[in-house]
Amino acid sequence: MNIFDRMMSLDRRWVFLFLALVCVVTHVVPFSIPINTTEEVEAVFNFIDTLKEDDIIFVAIDYDPNSLAELHPMTYAIVEHAFRKKMKVIFTSLSQNGPGMADRTIRDITDSMMIERTYNGVTYPPREVKNGIDYVFLGYKPYPALVVVGMGQNFRIPFPSDYYGTPLDDHPIMKGVQNFDQVKCVVDISGTSGVDMWIAYGQGRYNFPLALGLTGVMAADYYPYLNSGQVFGILGGLLGAAQYEKLADNPGPAVDGMRVQLYAHIVIILFIVLGNVGFLMSRKRKG
Amino acid sequence: MEAMSFGTFLWVSLGAFLTLATFSFLYKDNPFYKFAEHLVVGVSAGYFVIILWHNGLQPNLFDRLNDGNWYLLWLNSSRWWYIVPAILGVMMWTRFSKKRAWISRWPIALYIGIATGLAIPLEMKNRVNMQLYSTMRAIDWSNFFGNGFLDSMAGYSQLLIFLGVLAALFYFFFSKEHTGVFKGVAQFGIWILMVGFGASFGYTVMARISLFVQRIQILENYTKTAWDSGDGLFLLFWFITFGIFAVLGVVQIIKHLTRKKTVTP
Repeated sequence: MNIFDRMMSLDRRWVFLFLALVCVVTHVVPFSIPINTTEEVEAVFNFIDTLKEDDIIFVAIDYDPNSLAELHPMTYAIVEHAFRKKMKVIFTSLSQNGPGMADRTIRDITDSMMIERTYNGVTYPPREVKNGIDYVFLGYKPYPALVVVGMGQNFRIPFPSDYYGTPLDDHPIMKGVQNFDQVKCVVDISGTSGVDMWIAYGQGRYNFPLALGLTGVMAADYYPYLNSGQVFGILGGLLGAAQYEKLADNPGPAVDGMRVQLYAHIVIILFIVLGNVGFLMSRKRKG
Repeated sequence: MEAMSFGTFLWVSLGAFLTLATFSFLYKDNPFYKFAEHLVVGVSAGYFVIILWHNGLQPNLFDRLNDGNWYLLWLNSSRWWYIVPAILGVMMWTRFSKKRAWISRWPIALYIGIATGLAIPLEMKNRVNMQLYSTMRAIDWSNFFGNGFLDSMAGYSQLLIFLGVLAALFYFFFSKEHTGVFKGVAQFGIWILMVGFGASFGYTVMARISLFVQRIQILENYTKTAWDSGDGLFLLFWFITFGIFAVLGVVQIIKHLTRKKTVTP
């Protein structure tokens, strides 16, 4: 058995082990890699960055804990950016296992607002972000298409009360806010096919500016909507989150994960090349 | 930073244990993985039922009927018409009886009718027509001779998308034999599809590595918490969590390396 035959019969678990070691080592050893931003991420950042104080944005945390590795950094970066600029945020979570996680995420972000931070040379003093005044969490309702259509008419149709049971009219933030006409943009951070509902039943029917934060698996499928102008920006996977963190000057877990991504990709490409060389050479030998 | 309580640490230990149990499947199927798998399915189902009750049925049905009396079947409620969707919902449950399953067809028919009426115009407009318009929009010739290299690329990418869509669609056009010029077009269509699949594959790899990176971060934080606490009980749980899988891993690697190879004649 020559080296090429050995390569072809290599137990895949050695590949897993090697890849795991590379990931662990590159995570543990601190070093940084350059992150270049792309137009589709800059569009989202610039849109939110140019909004004024008290403007309302709508953030849909439409993912389950199984996608949080990729999508949590986006949510943290975008919402913290909005809160630091003193915007107001309406949240929903239209993914069935997501509301509890979304609730904790919102609390984490509001807690982090109590710490003074400097981003892009601007110092933001600590401030208390209050439920009902600075944000409202509408929670979950089944059948996302019908919920999106209902919210387009009036948020109170699918959500007579918020996630905590308080009627929407009792929240100062909801005063004069009927539907998507009063929000500056919708950012759907999604790990499910619910994003199709936002495109077809939301943006397509009510014409609000829509940006998407997507898992890596989904990202490539939604670029055509960027080209057609139906969405104005896309954050694709951990890379999209890392780019947003860089633009917001708020490096977090996404930027931290990119060096692991780099070396993991190099290893995978190397294994693909080696596997193909081994396959071609062993086939050539066998005639 | 606030010190973690032992109760919270136990939950975090369970999370770390389940993480390692899930990854143990990469070696082979085993009881630890089975436990983690069944636990996540069970917890997800249970959680969903509770969420559905508190976010769906209670606020949207029972709270709206709460000025009526249950023993009068809420018919004296000011919003008694909410009983109609409730009855339709109950009719769905007749699926479990072979004899009465036909009753469930009524609510299903209504639901499909509404969903279809809602979906067809919006899906057609936003997911078909809008994509067609964007593929066939008028060519902006100035994009081919822009101020710089990147400007000119915009024009070429528009042309590439147009030709690529035609070629990819032609690959699935089976009424004409793919020979001669048509073979070339279909071949170009395959390449376009392969580029699309390649982009999806690349993103998928990134997604999978992202999941692993996040788990590494969780395990790293777990380890730091255990060691920084200086508490013997914390360390004991940390050793148990990692120890089980470390011992099993080493045993399996030794077994793998020392196994006798069977020689096939």
